[in-house]
Amino acid sequence: MTQYLLSVHSVDGEVGNPMTEEEMQQSWKQIQLLNQELKSAGAWVFSGRLHDPDTATVVRISDGEVVTTDGPFVEAREHLGGFYIIQAEDLDAALVWASKATAAVGKPIEVWPFAATEA
Amino acid sequence: MGDGDAPAIFDQPEVARIFREESGRSVATLIRVVGDIDLAEDAVQEAFAVALRKWPAHGLPPNPGGWITTTARNRALDRLRREARGRELLGEVAVLSSGDQEPGMPEEVGPVQDDRLRLIFTCCHPALSTQAQVALTLRLLGGLSTDEVARAFLVTEPTMATRLVRAKHKIKAARIPYRVPGEHELPDRLRPVLAVVYLVYTAGLTSPANPDLCAEAIRLARILAALMPDEPEVAGLLALLLLTESRRASRLAPDGSLVVLGEQDRTRWDQALIAEGQAIVRRCLRRNQPGPYQLQAAINAVHADAPTVEETDWSQIVALYDHLLAVAPTPVVALNRAIAIGEVQGPAAALALVEELDLDNYHPFHATRADLLGRLGRHREAAVAYQRAAAMAPTDAERDFLRRGGRASR
Repeated sequence: MTQYLLSVHSVDGEVGNPMTEEEMQQSWKQIQLLNQELKSAGAWVFSGRLHDPDTATVVRISDGEVVTTDGPFVEAREHLGGFYIIQAEDLDAALVWASKATAAVGKPIEVWPFAATEA
Repeated sequence: MGDGDAPAIFDQPEVARIFREESGRSVATLIRVVGDIDLAEDAVQEAFAVALRKWPAHGLPPNPGGWITTTARNRALDRLRREARGRELLGEVAVLSSGDQEPGMPEEVGPVQDDRLRLIFTCCHPALSTQAQVALTLRLLGGLSTDEVARAFLVTEPTMATRLVRAKHKIKAARIPYRVPGEHELPDRLRPVLAVVYLVYTAGLTSPANPDLCAEAIRLARILAALMPDEPEVAGLLALLLLTESRRASRLAPDGSLVVLGEQDRTRWDQALIAEGQAIVRRCLRRNQPGPYQLQAAINAVHADAPTVEETDWSQIVALYDHLLAVAPTPVVALNRAIAIGEVQGPAAALALVEELDLDNYHPFHATRADLLGRLGRHREAAVAYQRAAAMAPTDAERDFLRRGGRASR
């Protein structure tokens, strides 16, 4: 089994088609269903949605001192909106979960293998 | 060689021939057995080095390919065992999952699941870039050295080596599986495989370098057609390549300039390739599951039937293009359909269709416009269009051809 990060890519100020209340309910329901499906398949490790990038804080060491600044670290139009960590037999299996996730959240998903995943 | 990939093997023509024919099969089997691409490549190279030492003295074994695979497998498993002593598990090394076979189990290849089929689907996995797909396929299945692949695509050897290392690393790290996709995935997964083989062929047409990529593409298409006899588009691709190849010798004038279809010396077309390609097209027609490659093959089969350009069955070609446009609605197909319509209804009808197309960055679009304008007597506009086409043409042969106003040098 390999663990994969499925990261959800959100675009700042994406105002194209703001979801209606009903669409949001629908999307929420689909995400819940996907979580259940992942769990019953034994593929779920962790998942979560993130607050806006404005809420992020950056901590780093500069000249031996801890410096804390307002985030995010990279100012970009695209940011991490949330993520899943799953385990799957191979990339093809992970891509099947990713296609379900992108259908549920309506945003592109990036699939990354974790480096050391064997427990 | 100066390459390090195939030390001194090419000094012996017979071993070189066997290497070209058998290394893809051996590498494919070894990847399944040891679960690691680099280890498989090294082991097959070592086995050929052993062959070079042994065969001249002892003569060729009855089944040279099988001998190479067995020798490579023994070497690879020895190496795994040696390395595994320091570790605990032999299986740890095996990272490519084939799903149905534990690594380290020696098993003969059955006729049903040739390992080369797994290998081409792994090389052409959609998670890899097209460039990486092409490079991996030529390197692992075609047995080309890194240097040969680099020369074919006009990049330096280190650039190509880096591209291959990255692609192999992604296969390993992301765990791209080593198996033939299931029936339901096949349409999506077959598309890049066919595209890669076609791309290798067209690369061979525009860079007539050594090694001969056209021949390599046809070899790959033959392997695919033999391994997937039930896929009509695989047969269609092979037929398309054979029929295109039948005209390759007459495509270029002695000075290297391009000769268009209508002006080619048809007595120089390779009749054996035409017969083989047309037989496949007829089988495809009987099967009646048309797709883009089969339809393009059928169009080429109609051209091959005509002893002179005047005797071409253009209405048949238009009908095939109508069909092709329905299954593959791209502007390039629409352009070629317009050219065929020009032969049936005249240049004015064709020009009207061509003017509607959004292909400003595609030099054949300007060349076609130029030809149609010329035939309508609008020579000034034609000259401008020829200049635009020539400025965008990718090869010297095409540029010269277009600068002369679309006529072969005589």
